[in-house]
Amino acid sequence: MTIDTIIFGISAVVAIFSAVMMIGQRNPVASVLYFIVSLVAQAVLYVQLGALFLGAVLIIVYAGAILVLFLFVIMILNLRGSEDLGTGSPPLSRLTKFLVAGLFVVELGFIVRNSVFSNVSTGVVNLPESFGSVEEVAKLIFMKYLYPFELTSILLLTAIVGAVVLAGKKVLQDTEGTGSEKDNVKPPAKEVKS
Amino acid sequence: MVTIPAFLIVAVVLFGIGCVGVMISRNIIILFMCVELMLNAANLALIAFSQALGKGDGHVIVFLVLTVAAAEAAVGLAMVITIYRNRESINIDRYGILKW
Repeated sequence: MTIDTIIFGISAVVAIFSAVMMIGQRNPVASVLYFIVSLVAQAVLYVQLGALFLGAVLIIVYAGAILVLFLFVIMILNLRGSEDLGTGSPPLSRLTKFLVAGLFVVELGFIVRNSVFSNVSTGVVNLPESFGSVEEVAKLIFMKYLYPFELTSILLLTAIVGAVVLAGKKVLQDTEGTGSEKDNVKPPAKEVKS
Repeated sequence: MVTIPAFLIVAVVLFGIGCVGVMISRNIIILFMCVELMLNAANLALIAFSQALGKGDGHVIVFLVLTVAAAEAAVGLAMVITIYRNRESINIDRYGILKW
């Protein structure tokens, strides 16, 4: 049992355990924190697979940006885990859900089992030292995959505009409607009209 | 040396947990995180295969998936905020207005 195996075992167990805890929480904040733990463990797995750059990106972008966004939203909505979430689905429906998900996992497991092609069982043993480094990934992104990379900028722009339009709507209605600034804004407009 | 199938099994289990979470969760925010978890499981499988084949192309796909996940989280959470203002609830059953 090498040190590699031990690290893999620990991070795999932590990743799976905190993922299970994540979906079991009532309090969304605790759920987000468990997800962050799971992500850190997954980043360790990335590094074990030689993806140093992506391991860092996972922590920075996911744990640092996306999950902070989740926390922001939870704080904006002021959720404390005591919200009324309904009575839940009937037992038969719940059983069906687990069954469908279980079948899906079994199916995926068969795919994994059958994917023993060429050198997949151990991986490429003599990888170059620079595999997965920033340099190698950057070469691929900016040369071979430049066009998809540029397209993601449009995707992000669309997402920003979409998020602002969706979440910012109420603010616009407030300033037009019964907001406190109504009296300050409307009289000049009336003067212009008359 | 840890073999590639071990990583793939972890990816499958994580995906399964995310799948179960999407189906049983009644909290819209936890449901979103389960979607992110499934994306991460797919990423892990992509990186494992990338290492198995000795090519870095999978890393680029993972990078793009991260971008898509960020965009999805931004738009999705904006929608959650908008619906929460109308419904005052994060219960997924009260979000039926999204049905066509």
